[in-house]
Amino acid sequence: MTLDLYGFGPALAAGALMTIKLALSALSLGLILGLLGALAKTSPYKPLQWLGGGYSTLVRGVPELLWVLLIYFGTVSLLRSLGEWIGYPELELSAFAAGTIALGLCFGAYATEVFRGAILAIPKGHREAGQALGMSKPRILWRLILPQMWRIALPGLGNLFMILMKDTALISVIGLEEIMRRSQIAVTSSKEPFTFYLVAAFIYLSLTIVAMCGLYVLEKRAGRGFVRAVA
Amino acid sequence: MNWELIIKWLPRIAEGAWLTLELVGIAVIAGLILAIPLGIARSSRHWYVRALPYGYIFFFRGTPLLVQLFLVYYGLAQFEAVREGPLWPFLRDAYWCAIVTLTLHTAAYIAEILRGAIQAIPPGEIEAARALGMSRWQALLYIILPRAARIGLPAYSNEVILMLKASALASTITLLELTGMSRTIIARTYQPVEIFFAAGVFYLVAAYVLVQGFRQLERRLRVDACQGR
Repeated sequence: MTLDLYGFGPALAAGALMTIKLALSALSLGLILGLLGALAKTSPYKPLQWLGGGYSTLVRGVPELLWVLLIYFGTVSLLRSLGEWIGYPELELSAFAAGTIALGLCFGAYATEVFRGAILAIPKGHREAGQALGMSKPRILWRLILPQMWRIALPGLGNLFMILMKDTALISVIGLEEIMRRSQIAVTSSKEPFTFYLVAAFIYLSLTIVAMCGLYVLEKRAGRGFVRAVA
Repeated sequence: MNWELIIKWLPRIAEGAWLTLELVGIAVIAGLILAIPLGIARSSRHWYVRALPYGYIFFFRGTPLLVQLFLVYYGLAQFEAVREGPLWPFLRDAYWCAIVTLTLHTAAYIAEILRGAIQAIPPGEIEAARALGMSRWQALLYIILPRAARIGLPAYSNEVILMLKASALASTITLLELTGMSRTIIARTYQPVEIFFAAGVFYLVAAYVLVQGFRQLERRLRVDACQGR
């Protein structure tokens, strides 16, 4: 049996590219949100702790699909009134923007916990050493905490990124032309659903494998100074 | 926030929530049953026993659930043999397709949890069982599995919560569970924020109840008593 894509190959490739773009932009937003969430959760101020805890609990308790739908359809009226107020009535969220926000929000909620664990894993003495050297708080964060946190958090973040990449399929529900949406279009004309969804599945599998290899390299780099200590 | 609207549609939303719980309940129990042989085979010493469950787990964990749902619900109909086959009345039905897919999907994850749990059992305990004259099967049944169940329980409860959220995808194959029902109501009322808010609260409450239930179960099974080794 040879694989006949009925000329939809380039469309699927374009879809894969869109999936990668979406995953990377959601990743950037999610990393920022996760970092802020973890800093809020580990801060000594109670209201900030509540804010961080509330964010991660609320977002993790509701399905990703619901966030996607809520952000895409739920913000229409809000953005319209905002648009009228600033004199630009056609203001609306594109499927890509809504997908980035929804997936970034979900990634950030899980990343909050990963980053928090990593921050707690850094020995207290390192922070105190920074203080003893007269470093300011932001400087301690930037020079001492973040570089070490990165190494500890990387395996957890890698898992989350794999989940994120598979969750990009959800954005097809609001019409973004990524792998799933392109496959659906191909199915309507070719009438071969199994073939095309299986091809889509294998595209996702290969993306996962590439991400796994990338993570392996990153983890090796991040653990440069530690490899010998363990072995 | 339009509370009257939420209250008016609450019975329908609860109806959807019930279907969600039904899907998740069947999937995580059937998935567990399917995962036990898979997980045991996956932690086997022989590579030819490991290979098949490894491929299965790799496929189901490496592809999105949405793709798997579409493969089963839309994809299987491509084949004449399936449409003529005895299982067609089931595979034609979105409900059974969702249950089959969710079960196969969660079984892959549970099998991996089980493998981790089996490999986390201190080898000395298994050797002790064998030294006491237990056969391999007895050791598996009385020592390895009960021990693995306690080690894997926290991870299993995580998986159940993840499935609760993953079941929202069943709405994409026309099933009127919590998310699907909400979308149907919104198509009629044009009030996405209120209805999605209500659905979100239902999910949060369900997740909270499940977490508390598992906490009770962990206490009943004395999970923490086994952790100090």
